[in-house]
Amino acid sequence: MNIEKKEINVPILARVEGEGALELEVLENKLKSLTLRIYEPPRLFEQFLVGRNYSDVVDIVARICGICPIAYQMSAAHAIESVFDIQPGPWVREMRRLFYCGEWIQSHSLHVHLLASPDFLNFNSALEMAKKYPNEVTRGLRIQELGHDIITLLGARSVNPVGACVGGFYKAPTMEEAKALLKKLKDAESEVADMVRWVATLPIPKFSHDITCVSLRHPDEYPFNEGHVVSNKGLDIPISEFNDHFEETHVPQSTSLHSHLNGEPYLVGPLARINNNFDLLPDKVKALVAETGVKYPSDNMFDSINARAVEIYYSVVEAIRILENYTCPDASRVEVKATKAGWGYGCTEAPRGICWHRYELDDAGKVKFSQIVPPTSQNYARIEEDLRMSLEELGLEHPDDELRLLAEMVIRNYDPCISCSVHFLDLRVDRS
Amino acid sequence: MKPRVAVHKFSSCDGCQLAFINDGKVLLGVTSLVDLVHFAEAGPVDPYAKVDIAFVEGSVSTPHEFEMIKKIRENSDYLVTIGACATSGGLQALRNTANAEEWFKGVYAHPEYLDNLKTATPISDHVTVDLELWGCPVSPKQVVTAVRWLLSGVQPSFPHDSMCLECKRQGNVCVLVTQGMPCMGPVTKGGCGALCPSFGRACYSCFGPSENPNTTSFGNRLEGLGLMPDEVARRFMMIHSNTPEFAKAGKHFKGIPVVEESKEGGN
Repeated sequence: MNIEKKEINVPILARVEGEGALELEVLENKLKSLTLRIYEPPRLFEQFLVGRNYSDVVDIVARICGICPIAYQMSAAHAIESVFDIQPGPWVREMRRLFYCGEWIQSHSLHVHLLASPDFLNFNSALEMAKKYPNEVTRGLRIQELGHDIITLLGARSVNPVGACVGGFYKAPTMEEAKALLKKLKDAESEVADMVRWVATLPIPKFSHDITCVSLRHPDEYPFNEGHVVSNKGLDIPISEFNDHFEETHVPQSTSLHSHLNGEPYLVGPLARINNNFDLLPDKVKALVAETGVKYPSDNMFDSINARAVEIYYSVVEAIRILENYTCPDASRVEVKATKAGWGYGCTEAPRGICWHRYELDDAGKVKFSQIVPPTSQNYARIEEDLRMSLEELGLEHPDDELRLLAEMVIRNYDPCISCSVHFLDLRVDRS
Repeated sequence: MKPRVAVHKFSSCDGCQLAFINDGKVLLGVTSLVDLVHFAEAGPVDPYAKVDIAFVEGSVSTPHEFEMIKKIRENSDYLVTIGACATSGGLQALRNTANAEEWFKGVYAHPEYLDNLKTATPISDHVTVDLELWGCPVSPKQVVTAVRWLLSGVQPSFPHDSMCLECKRQGNVCVLVTQGMPCMGPVTKGGCGALCPSFGRACYSCFGPSENPNTTSFGNRLEGLGLMPDEVARRFMMIHSNTPEFAKAGKHFKGIPVVEESKEGGN
């Protein structure tokens, strides 16, 4: 009997945010076991939020992830406002969309240029790639800077911004600041479109999987902060019913929880979002997509990089729209008073997918309970499923280096942000 | 040959290492000065490489990290901590004053799958640190300044006086005196650029305690503004709860339940 057993170890995954590792066990060219290990140490955010005033929450949850702090801030702010029945009004609503444009631009640009594209052009890192493709890399860094500029306008700094609060923003940008940023964005728009065209020329692998795509969906706009949770398989629920359909379990190899929708893995993030919401993109963005030849919905996970590029362009177009209509408000936030105890829910579209929060506050506005479901834990089961399918499709007889490279590329499609291993308490789901 | 630099990650949010890659000019500037031999998020992976400067983000909260930091120290001429987690333990050090085991049980269905220390501690609890960069997060300017100082043999010097001085130099109107906000500026190290007061809000001490802060007197002032003692304690028990100055103040004003701390890092 010919038993060939090989183990492929990738002890530290390069170019992902946070740290993870992958172990494959192959027996007679069949995948015997596959373990994606996430060993990001837990930091217990949901626990130390308990007992704190609601007003601390927005500053604390920003620190769950240095790459997508705004997602956590926005989900928390909406959840807390829903406890108090506060509607911050149209100015705050628009500024929150603008704030989010900044986060998508910076996070997606970081991923497209520094983390993902070196894979497709056979470089070990963007630093190596920059020697051969200096214009593309420096353009990427310039685009990333646009994101920082937007975040800084409303948040004072791009990592752990300090401008957002329950009820709105601490400070409204001046007309001069808004105009200066508008000009910068308009000047950059055509090179952002060029970036989208360039990304579409990258030689990406062609895979085709039946993927359950989950995202927010709003009747009138491409989603950032509001909408129902929907899937391409017919799910359509208010965000407060999330726990009735989704469940997370704790598996031995990981400090990140595994998430399932009705028992099945599912995808969140840019590809799921664009697949579910393509019709809501402005005509200008749709025209650019048509020019690139990429079709949505797409069932190829490798189109994630294209989806990210399109969302960068959309964010620039949307930010320009918001800033063209910008006016200084009488007040940059509504007054907030802890009026009653209760539960609140928030769900917003982080760059990597929906970021779902639930808080219970007491009648003094102190947190009694919190549950935070970050995007990467939702993608975890789907990443493992994708790895199994893609590696078997490639053929496990291929040399280790090829298997390793494909596995790493598959994982990077999800832009896993492993530092967000915050977890939550849900004892109902412990079935093992 | 260019000096060799590693950027390591421990328990953290990844936000401080972004100081190297968030700003294109900084990234290109740094890579023109040094070789980045280990920086997993940016690409190169070689955690055990001998280097001239090791930057460390994050606190020590697992047995693996406890071993790893000793190896990094052996392999590095200079060891520089970047950010609150590495320098003081960070937000997650709040577990040090709570019953950490209960907290793990509260979050995980199977705490036995986890391999964690009860505490999250700063790097300097475990090995000698040559330079500490405070901040939650550190700024690109801080890391570039540190690289340039170390490469040119200059003794680094970051501000230790209070954020108030920075705030005054910017011409901000004091939010504590004029609006009664519980601004932590008087007991907080400068370095951020007085961002919060310039946005009309109270500082919450991203940069940690300033030199010789009078925390008791300051806390009394916050009580005078109408804060309850436990609210005063929570102002200290935030990002830098594990610093001796703020830990003492937190205990004094009695915030979250306090379990006696153990200074031993091992278990």
